[in-house]
Amino acid sequence: MGLTSIDWVIMAVYFAFVLGIGAALKRYMKTSADFFLAGRSIPAWVCGLAFISANLGAQEVIGMGASGAKYGILTSHFYWIGAIPAMVFVGVFMMPFYYGSRARSVPEYLRLRFDEKTRGLNAISFATMTIFSSGISMYAMAKLIQTLHILDTPFQHLGIPHAWIFHTGIIVSALVVLTYIYLGGLTSAIYNEVLQFFLIVAGFIPLVWLGLKNVGGWPGLKATLGPSYMHSWVGLGSPHTNRLGVEWFGLTMGLGFVLSFGYWCTDFLVVQRAMAADSMASARRTPLIAAVPKMLFPFLVILPGLIAIALPTQPPPILSGAQGSAVVAPAGQGLIPAKLDASTGQPVLDNSGHPQLDYDLAVPNLLLHYFPTGILGLGLTALLASFMSGMAGNVTAFNTVWTHDIYEPYLRPNAGDAHYLMMGRMATVFGIAMSVAAAYLATRFNNIMDMLQLVFAFVNAPLFATFLLGMFWKRATGHGAFTGLLSGTFAAAVHHALTIPMDAIPGVKGGWVTVLHIYPSEMAQNFWTAIFAWTTCFLVTVLVSLVSTAPEESRLVGLVYSLTERPQESNLSWYKRPAYLGAAILGATVLLNLVFR
Amino acid sequence: MRLDIRLPIGMIFTIFGILLIVFGVFSNPSLYAQSLGININLVWGVVLLVFGAVMLFLGGRAMFGAHPTGPANPPAGKRQH
Repeated sequence: MGLTSIDWVIMAVYFAFVLGIGAALKRYMKTSADFFLAGRSIPAWVCGLAFISANLGAQEVIGMGASGAKYGILTSHFYWIGAIPAMVFVGVFMMPFYYGSRARSVPEYLRLRFDEKTRGLNAISFATMTIFSSGISMYAMAKLIQTLHILDTPFQHLGIPHAWIFHTGIIVSALVVLTYIYLGGLTSAIYNEVLQFFLIVAGFIPLVWLGLKNVGGWPGLKATLGPSYMHSWVGLGSPHTNRLGVEWFGLTMGLGFVLSFGYWCTDFLVVQRAMAADSMASARRTPLIAAVPKMLFPFLVILPGLIAIALPTQPPPILSGAQGSAVVAPAGQGLIPAKLDASTGQPVLDNSGHPQLDYDLAVPNLLLHYFPTGILGLGLTALLASFMSGMAGNVTAFNTVWTHDIYEPYLRPNAGDAHYLMMGRMATVFGIAMSVAAAYLATRFNNIMDMLQLVFAFVNAPLFATFLLGMFWKRATGHGAFTGLLSGTFAAAVHHALTIPMDAIPGVKGGWVTVLHIYPSEMAQNFWTAIFAWTTCFLVTVLVSLVSTAPEESRLVGLVYSLTERPQESNLSWYKRPAYLGAAILGATVLLNLVFR
Repeated sequence: MRLDIRLPIGMIFTIFGILLIVFGVFSNPSLYAQSLGININLVWGVVLLVFGAVMLFLGGRAMFGAHPTGPANPPAGKRQH
C-alpha cells in the first residue's frame, strides 16, 4: 500500500482534533450529570447524528459492505425494516418515558417501572456486553491495520518487530478513546461521534462515486450481477429463492420487529444519546433525525460491497506454503479474495469443498483500489473513525450503567456527587482496560467470542417485550418482568439447542441437544430464535403479572402510557412534531422499498 | 451550548480541504490512473473546503454572532451563505 506523508498528516490532524475536543470540554465537567448525561444540554441534531454514529462501528461499515457483497440489495433490510420503524417508534412513543421519568439510564427506568431485581439483571448483562463489544471492535481494528499493511513500512524503518503492529493498534485506539472520554465524558463522546459521522460520509461518498462510475452506474451493476443481487423484496416468498435464505415472515417479524425494536428501543448505547438532549422535544426528535441519514446509509455502506464483487476478478496472490513452496491461493471474486485460515494460511473451504470468500475485505480493498495517496488518508481516517465511535459508544454506556446501576445501588450508596463523578472516570479507565483484555481474548479463543455473542443474543431477544408491556400496560409487575426476561432467554437457548441451519455441524451453530428442525440458513435460525424468545417473554410476563399483586398506580405516573400526560407540542412548528416527522420518515422508507423492490 | 460542535468540524474539514487541494495541484497526474483519471484529491478537496467553510460560518454565527440562533436543522450543508 502506498501511504505517503500526506496520508499521515491527515490521520494526525484527525487524532489531534479528537483529543482536542476532549480537552476543550474538560472544564465543563463539574457534576456527574455533566459527565454521564452531557448536562442534558445537547441540541437535537447533534444527538441525532451521535445516535446513528454510535451504532456506526466496525460491524456497520465493514460488515454491511461484506453483506452487500454476499447478499446484495437485500442487505438494505437491515436498515429499512431493521432500523427505521423502531427508530420512529422509540422517538414518538417511548422517549416520553425515558426522558420524562428523569431516569439516568435504561436499567434505571426498569427500576422505577418494575423493581430492583429487573434492573440488576439488565444492568449486569448490559455492562458485560458493552465491554465485550468494545473489545471486539478494538480487535477488528487492530486486525484490519495488520491485514492492510498500513503500519508495515514505518515499523520496518523504526526496526520494530512486525508482531507489534497489532499491539500498537490496540494500545493507541484504547488510549485515544480513554483520553477523550475521561476528559469530556458523554459530551466528548457525542461531539466526536458527530465529527466521525461527517468523516465517514466524506470518506465514503467519493468511494461510491468512483466505484459506480467505473462499473457503469446502476445499470452496469445490474447487468454484471444479475437480478438476485439487485432486489430487496423479489424472491422473499420462500427462503430458497433469495440470497439471505429467509422468508418474508421471519424477516419482518424476527428482524423488523423483535431484533430491531429490541436494539433501537431498549439499548442504552443509543438511548443514552437521546437522554442527553436539551429538552423533551429534542429527545423525541433525536431518533427521528437519526432515521433520515440511516435511511440513506445503504447507498454508502452496502453499495461498496456490490461494486467490489462486480469488478473484474483480481489475480490471486502467491502464498508461501508450509514447506516454503509457493502455493497459489484460489481465486476470489471481484476485489474479494478467498478466505485464508489465520493459523495455517490455507484457504478455508465450505462443506462442499469450495473456497469461501473473505467478504470483510470488500470495503477496505475497494478503498485501496480507487483511492490514491492523499484521499487514501481520508478514507483510512473514516475507517478509524468508525471503529473508534463504536468503541466510545460502548465505553460511555458502560461507565454510566456501572456507576448508576451497579456501583451506586449495590456497592456504595449515598456517596456525594463528586464521588460518583470520580467513579465514572475510574469506570472509563477500567472499562477500557477490560475491553483490551477482551480484545486479546478474541485473538486466542475465537470460539469464546462466538459463544458470548450467542449468549448476548439470547439475553437481548426478549427485552423489547418487557419494555412494551412496561410502558403500555400498567398491570405489568416486577415479578412478571423478571421471570419473563429469564424465560425469554431460556426459550432462546432451548430453540437454539434444538434447531440448526442447513449444512452446519451441531455445536455453536445450534442443535447441541438434538436437531428437531433444520433452517435454510443461519439468518433464518437467528430470526426465529428471536421470535420464540420474544413471544415467551411476552406471555410469561403477562401471566405472572396477572397472578402477582398489581403495582400502585400513583407510583407509575410518568412511566406508563395510560397514566402519563401527553407531551405538549402545539407550540412546535409542524416539521418539529414527532408524529408528523415519524410519518414522513415511514412514508419515505416505503417509497425506497418500492423503488428497490 | 458551550462549544458549538460545528466549529471544530468546520476547522478539520477546512484543513483537510486545503491539504487535499494543495496536494492535488502539485501531485503527479499519473497518480490518478487508479481513480479513473480524475484528480480526486483536488475535486474532493474543494468539496471538503466548501463544507468546512459552511460549518465554520454556521458555528461561528451561533457562538459569537449578535443573534444567537438555535441550530434548527441537521446541517444540510446548503444554507444561505
